[in-house]
Amino acid sequence: MLNIAGSGHTAGSLGLADIVAALYFDVLKINPEKPDWADRDIFLLSNGHTVPVQYATMAEAGFFPVAELKTLRKLGSRLQGHPERTKLPGLENTSGPLGSGLSQASGMAYSFQYLDDAKHRFVYVIMGDGELDEGNNWEAAMFAGKYKLSQLIAVVDRNNIQIDGNTEDVMPLEDLRGKWESFGWHVIEIDGHNMESILDAFSMARAITNRPSVIIAHTIPGKGVDFMEYDYKWHGVAPNSQQAADALKKLHTLDGKINTGDNAR
Amino acid sequence: MSDYQLNPKLYDADVQQEPIRAGFGRGLKAAGEADKNIVALCADLTESTQTHLFAEAFPDRFIQVGIAEQNLVAVASGLAAVGKIPFAAAYAAFSPGRNWEQIKTTIALNDQPVKIISSHAGVGVGPDGATHQMLEDIAMMRVMPNMIVIVPGDSIEAEKATMAIAKNGKPSYLRLARPKTPIFSTVDSPFKIGHAYKLLDGDDVTLCGTGATTYQLLVTAKILEQNGISAEVLHIPTIKPLDTVTILASARKTGRLVTAEEAQIAGGLGGAIAELMGDHMPTPILRIGINDRYGESGEPDELFDHFGLTAEHIAKKVEAFVQDKPQYHRVK
Repeated sequence: MLNIAGSGHTAGSLGLADIVAALYFDVLKINPEKPDWADRDIFLLSNGHTVPVQYATMAEAGFFPVAELKTLRKLGSRLQGHPERTKLPGLENTSGPLGSGLSQASGMAYSFQYLDDAKHRFVYVIMGDGELDEGNNWEAAMFAGKYKLSQLIAVVDRNNIQIDGNTEDVMPLEDLRGKWESFGWHVIEIDGHNMESILDAFSMARAITNRPSVIIAHTIPGKGVDFMEYDYKWHGVAPNSQQAADALKKLHTLDGKINTGDNAR
Repeated sequence: MSDYQLNPKLYDADVQQEPIRAGFGRGLKAAGEADKNIVALCADLTESTQTHLFAEAFPDRFIQVGIAEQNLVAVASGLAAVGKIPFAAAYAAFSPGRNWEQIKTTIALNDQPVKIISSHAGVGVGPDGATHQMLEDIAMMRVMPNMIVIVPGDSIEAEKATMAIAKNGKPSYLRLARPKTPIFSTVDSPFKIGHAYKLLDGDDVTLCGTGATTYQLLVTAKILEQNGISAEVLHIPTIKPLDTVTILASARKTGRLVTAEEAQIAGGLGGAIAELMGDHMPTPILRIGINDRYGESGEPDELFDHFGLTAEHIAKKVEAFVQDKPQYHRVK
């Protein structure tokens, strides 16, 4: 899909595949037939550049035909290079410029907790780790901490890369756990590729009812494709045809090694 | 003839004055009474933006976000996404001054009906100086697709505009000012989003105003009348969408246009009307406002005088303009 598009963000998309799959096939209360269902959970992708993994997962979940994935980034497509809510039913927000997804999620969670009496609805937001350089995130972290937005569950994709290199070289984020804790958040750290850990973490986060939760998910950028893994140079580029064929071959060797549960095709 | 109901005491020395933002405060409270989905957010400026009236009446629907304008508007976007009608209030210098991208991406492109309420716009902030005198906001917000841009002329109109944007279902920008300004409209005067209003009839030149500057134009017209110049006065509270029909009709009649605003003329009301006339009929235009410079400290009245935004200054400029420029007449 990224190869056909000719551009896009490969590494982060692959690294988030497990978490996004967990969300759409287990965690989120959603209905692909009725994307506007009034009691649904909400998922926001704040680091909108990883939207290929969201599109792919939404297609598999039944929001739109899988064949439409080939239109990614093409003129007239509903699958814009960065997600646009008004273009595609099922997308909950428009994102790309980094740092404001947590604010939007906080507004939604505030409404559910204080204005709508909707204790059953949760708001999930994925952020990149490099994205945390943006100050807007910390305004939102302070806000959600103040109002103890317990229906807000954030995920930080801790893959340690951003466009210019390693996050700790570009702008150090550690002590990341300590930062979130000091803002009043419950912090859960997990292996972002261990499905049991992922599901446990979301379950734990929903059980915390006196403050917002953040799941720091340690992921491998380019996960599943050995020549992409850990390499920041794959952050913002798409594979060429040969690389795409090699990558898909690598990913297919994982067939049978992953327990895909009830949603296996 | 103009059938706009002007304040009969408009030209009295003791014409009633009130800050435009006060009308917003009343309008927001009234809108909140009518619709429980209305919520208000403020960035540590609750009283000076007049949001306190709503906060006191509906404490459960008021959200204090602290000094964080990026978060202010993006949280408002999230609230709108789940069915609320958020009014996000701050000073114009900071919102949209600091958070333009969040407004564009999470509100305008995302098409969420957030109301950006920006007080203390223009040089009328006074002694606080250039850092706090927002002059670029009309231009910044006008170029944003999906955004409605409204600059009320007095506190009565601000109240009506607030109630109107509460119901319009669109991302909207409301520009307010700090100082007391004369009230030229009445409770019975019309206000509709997207409409411009002819306040005075004239033949020689059309004076187009927005915000508190419109009052100065009404006084300007009186001065010009004494000097034998018949000026038509248009009040243009909605900068976007612009009421092209009313403006073009007046331009066809008078053949000369003057725009006046407490903002940068580049991209402001002057810019908007210059674009319109360039497209339709290349009418001579005189744009009055702030011309590619920043404000400075001083009392509001001193600054209006310094920047040539008082009726006396405007009248002199218009007289010279009328003498210099022939009226535009369409090719028959």
